[in-house]
Amino acid sequence: MESFKFIRANDPRGAITSMTGGGAKIIAGGTNLVDLMKLNIERPAQLIDINGLKMQTIETLPNGTIKIGALVKNSDLAYHPLIMKNFPVLSEALLSGASAQLRNMATVGGNLLQRTRCPYFYDTAAPCNKRVPGSGCSAIDGYNRNNAVLGTSKYCIATHPSDMCVAMAALGAVIHVQGPAGPREIPFADFHLLPAQTPQYETTLKHDELITSVDIPPIPYAIRSHYLKVRDRASYEFALASAAVILDINGGRIKDARIALGGVGTKPWRSKLAEKVLTGAAANEQSYRTAAEAALSEAKPYKHNAFKIELAKRTLVHALTTVGGMS
Amino acid sequence: MNEVVGKPIDRVDGRLKVTGKATYSAEYFPKNMVYGVLVLSTIAKGRIKNIDSRQAERAPGFVGIMSYKNSMSLHFPQSSDPGSGKFAEKDLLPMQNDRIFYDGQAVAVVMAETFEQAEHAASLVKIGYEIEKPAIKLEENLSTKYKPVSGLGGAKIQVSRGVADAALQTSEVKFEQTYTTPVYHHNAMEPHATVAEWNGDKLMVYDATQSVAGSKNLLSSMLGVPPDKVNVTALYIGGGFGSKGFSWPNTVLTAMAAKQVNRPVKLALARQQMFTTAGRRSQTIQKISFGATSAGKLNAIKHDTTSESSFVDEFVEQAGVATSIIYSCPNVEVSHSLVRLNRGTPCPTRAPGEAPGTYALEVAMDELAFELKMDPVQLRLVNYADTDEDKKKQFSSKSLIECYRRGAEAIGWSQRNPQPRSMREGNYLVGYGMATATYPANRSASSAKAILYADGHAEIMCATQDIGTGTYTVMTQAAADAFGLPVEKIQVKLGNSEYPKGANSGGSQVTASVGPAIRAAALGVLEKLKKMAILDNTSPLHGHKEEDIVASDGRIHLKDNADRGETYTQLLNRQGLQKVEALAKTNVSTRQQTESNPAAAGSADAAAEEESKTNPAVQEDEHVDRKPYTFHSFGAQFVKVLVDPVLNTVKVDKAVAVMDIGKVMNIKLAKNQIMGGMIFGIGMALMEETAYDPNNGRVVTRDLAQYLVPVNADMPQLEVQFIDVPDPYISPIGARGIGEIGITGITVAINNAIYHATGKRVRDLPVTLDKLI
Ligand SMILES: Cc1cc2nc3c(=O)[nH]c(=O)nc-3n(C[C@H](O)[C@H](O)[C@H](O)COP(=O)(O)OP(=O)(O)OC[C@H]3O[C@@H](n4cnc5c(N)ncnc54)[C@H](O)[C@@H]3O)c2cc1C
Ligand code: SF4
Repeated sequence: MESFKFIRANDPRGAITSMTGGGAKIIAGGTNLVDLMKLNIERPAQLIDINGLKMQTIETLPNGTIKIGALVKNSDLAYHPLIMKNFPVLSEALLSGASAQLRNMATVGGNLLQRTRCPYFYDTAAPCNKRVPGSGCSAIDGYNRNNAVLGTSKYCIATHPSDMCVAMAALGAVIHVQGPAGPREIPFADFHLLPAQTPQYETTLKHDELITSVDIPPIPYAIRSHYLKVRDRASYEFALASAAVILDINGGRIKDARIALGGVGTKPWRSKLAEKVLTGAAANEQSYRTAAEAALSEAKPYKHNAFKIELAKRTLVHALTTVGGMS
Repeated sequence: MNEVVGKPIDRVDGRLKVTGKATYSAEYFPKNMVYGVLVLSTIAKGRIKNIDSRQAERAPGFVGIMSYKNSMSLHFPQSSDPGSGKFAEKDLLPMQNDRIFYDGQAVAVVMAETFEQAEHAASLVKIGYEIEKPAIKLEENLSTKYKPVSGLGGAKIQVSRGVADAALQTSEVKFEQTYTTPVYHHNAMEPHATVAEWNGDKLMVYDATQSVAGSKNLLSSMLGVPPDKVNVTALYIGGGFGSKGFSWPNTVLTAMAAKQVNRPVKLALARQQMFTTAGRRSQTIQKISFGATSAGKLNAIKHDTTSESSFVDEFVEQAGVATSIIYSCPNVEVSHSLVRLNRGTPCPTRAPGEAPGTYALEVAMDELAFELKMDPVQLRLVNYADTDEDKKKQFSSKSLIECYRRGAEAIGWSQRNPQPRSMREGNYLVGYGMATATYPANRSASSAKAILYADGHAEIMCATQDIGTGTYTVMTQAAADAFGLPVEKIQVKLGNSEYPKGANSGGSQVTASVGPAIRAAALGVLEKLKKMAILDNTSPLHGHKEEDIVASDGRIHLKDNADRGETYTQLLNRQGLQKVEALAKTNVSTRQQTESNPAAAGSADAAAEEESKTNPAVQEDEHVDRKPYTFHSFGAQFVKVLVDPVLNTVKVDKAVAVMDIGKVMNIKLAKNQIMGGMIFGIGMALMEETAYDPNNGRVVTRDLAQYLVPVNADMPQLEVQFIDVPDPYISPIGARGIGEIGITGITVAINNAIYHATGKRVRDLPVTLDKLI
C-alpha cells in the first residue's frame, strides 16, 4: 500500500473541492477500496472520508420517488420496510450479496462503484487493460470461467460484480451527483460504461463528482418482483448468473416487464430485448423462454464460460416463473 | 477413579484462544524487530537477469534486502523425512542462485521498520527475468511422465499382487473409467509465519510448523548451526493440513535475513503467497479398471495414477495406496507416475493419497454397482476385506460392517429408490450416496517427560505440537488418567523443540504416538514414588511390594486396601522433594517406512531411551507382538443431496459419518475432527480448485475470494458416530489416529449422491453446476 493523506469532509462542497486536483478518492464503507489499496491496485494520494456527510436517510418524495442517500448501508436499505414491501427485487439483491458484516459497512454509493472481480485485475503482475491501460487482457485467452458473455470487447471481458446494481438497473433508478458545477442526474442505464477500447473508464461519473443519492421512481407493480442469484456456493460469493425481474401482469398478460441480468454482463445488464418479447405477451413459460433466448441472443462465449449463456437463460426463466406465478 | 479419557471435556486452551491470549508465531515482538516481506517470482521458468532495488532502498523505513546476490550460503539438509525434518524443495535451497522453477518462487526478502513499509518497499523492487518456456499443463506434458521408485519416506507405491491384466481379460464384467482431480491448496487460517532472533550464535525461532523438532533440525543443518544452539517454538498453530508438515523457504529465509540485518525479523506469508510457495495437493489423473463377476465379486483392480510435482522435488500423490487393502481382491495392480511441471512443489494435503484416491476408486465402485444393478452397500459387503491382503496380515481391529449398517440407518438408506433421478422433494431432485472411508493408523516413536510437583500438580513436556486439533486437551486427559489426577492439576507443554522429541503432526499420528509416551512418562514418575515409599520407613507403604501398590486420586496405596497409603504431596514433602520427574520413550511404529525415524533423536531422547529400559509401561507396550497385524481405521460416509433440476445447484442436505478409530479420547474433539474433514470433503466435491493461467503458469485463484471453500450456508446436517472400541494392539490406550479419515469417502459419497439424484456422472472434480448442465 502507498502512503496517503486522510481527511474528513464536513460538507459535500468540501469533499468536491478536495477532489478537483485529482489523485484523491472518496472512502465510504471502504470494503472495496481498502482491499484494492492493500493490493496496490488503487493508489490514491488522498482519501476523503465522507461518512460525516448527511446522506444516510431513505425518504419518500411527494411524487412517490424513493430517495436513498449515498451513505445508506446496504443492510439498512435491504431491511427498510418500504423496500422490503414495494421493491422485493432490491432487498433480495442486496441480501444475496457479500456477507452480513460487509453489508453492514457497504454503502449504496460505494456499491455502484465497486470494481470487477476478474482475478487478473487483482494480480499486479498480470497484464490487464482495466488496471493498466494498453497492457493487454489476460482473461480473454486465459482463465475466464467467471468473466462476461455480454457487452465484452477485445480489450476487456470483466463482469460488473454488483447484485444491487442489477436490481437498480431493472428499477430504472436515477443517480444524483454533485460536482464543482453543481448537481446533475444520471439515468441508471447511462451510469455504467461498456469496456469498449477503454475498460479503465467504468462510469460516467467525473473524478470530482460526489454521488449524493440514488432515486427509485414509483413503480407500483414492482411489488411483484424477484432477484435470483446462482453461484458456486450458497453464500458469500458473486453471481455466475443472476436475474432481476419486475412484471406487471393483468389477466394473464404481461403489461410491462423490467428485466436485468447480473454475472454475465460487463455492466449491470438491463435487457430491453427480453422486455420487448415479454411486453404484451402471455405470462407463460413459452414467453419466458423466448425472452431468455432474446436476452442472451447477443452473448459471446469464451473458453471457460460458455455455460453462463445457458445458465443465465435458465436463471431468467426461473425468476420469471417465480414472479409470473404470483399473478 | 473415573477415567477422563473419552469424556467430552472442553479444550483446555479454548479460553485462551477465544480471548486472543494464545500466541501464534506471528504474534511475538522481540525488541528491535524488523518486518520482512517476500518478493516472489512472477514467471514460471527462467533466470533472474537483474534486481533493481534502488527505489525500494529509498522507501521510508527500508532496512535491507536479501536475494541470491547477498544471502548467506546454505547447506543441504541432513534429514529428508517429515519425522525428523523435511525441507520441501530438496533441489532448491532458497535464494542461492538466479534460477526460477515456478511462479511465486521466493526471490528476495525486503526488510523495513514496519509491516506497511516493508510491503511498500517490496512492491518497488523490480526484477528483470530471462523467460524460458515453462511446462504448465499436466495434460500437455504426459509424454514426460515417469515412474518414481518410491513415495514419501520410501513408501511402496508400485504394488502388484496376482495377475491383474490377465484377470481383467477373463472377467465376466469389465469396467474402466478415468477420474481427475484438480490442484488444491491447504489454506489454513494461520499463514506460514516465522520470527527469528539471533543472540550471538544462538538462534531462537517462532515458527508456524507441524514439527518443531523437524524445523529445528532443518535450521540447524541448513544454516550450519549446532542443534543445541537452535530453538523452535510453536505453542499454538492455526491449522496446517499438511502445509506446515514440510518446511518451506520462508522459515530458513527469516533466520538468514535476521542474521543479515543483525536484528530479529518477522516474516509472514500473505494469503496470495500461500498459493505458490507453501505447498499444495497435486493434480491427478486416475484410471480405475475392475474385473468382476456378475455377482459383483472383484477379481481384478487396477488403479493407475498420474500426478505432478515441481522440478525441485519429487512428491507423489499416492492416490492408489488404499486400493490394495480396501477390498478383497486376488489381483491388484497399483501404479503411480509423475510429470514434472513448473509449479510450486506439492506436499501432503489432508489425507494425502487417500482423499483423491478413494474418490476415484469409490466412484468407480458406485458405477460398477449401478452397472450390476446392485446396492452400492451390498457391493462393498460382497468384497469385504477381512484381512490385509496386501501385507497378508490381520487388521488389528476392524468394524467396517457395523459402520455401513449404522450409516445406512442414520441416512435412511432403505428409503432410497435405486433408480437414478427418481426421487424428489418439492422442486428438488433427491440423491443418496455412500462410500468407504479409510486411513492408516499411524504410530511412530515418541518421547515425553513427566514431572510431578510437591504441590500435587503435574507437568508434561513433549516436542510435538497442537495444530488446532486438540492435542493439548487429549494429552491432558491421557496424563490425568495415568497420574490419577484431575485435569486441572495437569499442565501439558508442547511446541518447543527443547522438550523430548514427539511425533510430527502429520499422518493423524500424534494421539496414537504421543499418548502412550506421555502415559509411560507419568507412570514412570509413579513407579519412582512407589519405590520411594517402600524405602521410606515413615511411609504407610514402607516395606510393601511394588506390585501391591497402585495409584489413584492423587494417592499411592495398597491395591487391596485403599486406606493404606498416602498422597503424592505427603510423600514428596516428607522426602523434601520439590518434584519427581521421568522421561519415557516408546519406539513402537506402525509405519512401514523410516518416516519418523527415531535415529534422528536429540540428547533428551537418548536419556529417555535409557530410562525407558526400566519403565514397565514402555516395556509392556513395546513387547506387544504387533507383527501379525496391520493398522488401519475404516469408516462409512453416507449423504443425502438436493439438486435443483433447472439450475443444477447442489445442496448437501445431510451427511453421516460412522468411524471406527479405536478408542475415542474425547468425543467432542473427535466429532470436531470428523466434521472438519466432512466440510473439507464438501469443498472438494463441490467447489475447491486451484486454477493456473494456461499461458504463463501463474496461479489465478490467488485468494479466498477466488479459491472457494464451503461457508456456513453450505453446511448440511452433520452427524458423526463412532464405534469406540479400543484397538487392542496399537497401544495401551487403544486410540488410533483421527483427523484425515474424515475427508476420505465424503467427497465420493456426495458425487455418488449427485449421480443418484440427476442421472449424470461427473468424473472431474469439483462437481460445479456447469458440469451438470
Ligand atoms: C468478500 C466480499 C464479498 C462481496 N460480495 C459481494 C456480492 O456478492 N455482491 C455484491 O454486489 N457485492 C459484493 N461485495 C462488494 C460490496 O458490495 C462492495 O465492496 C461495497 O458495496 C462497496 O461499498 P463501500 O461503501 O464499502 O465502498 P468503498 O470501498 O468505500 O468505495 C468504493 C468506491 O466507491 C467510491 N465511492 C464511495 N462512495 C462514493 C460517493 N458517495 N461518491 C463518489 N464515489 C464514492 C470510492 O471512492 C471507491 O472508489 C463483496 C465485497 C467483499 C469484500
Ligand atoms: S477482463 Fe478486463 S479486468 Fe480482466 S484482465 Fe481483461 S482487461 Fe483486465
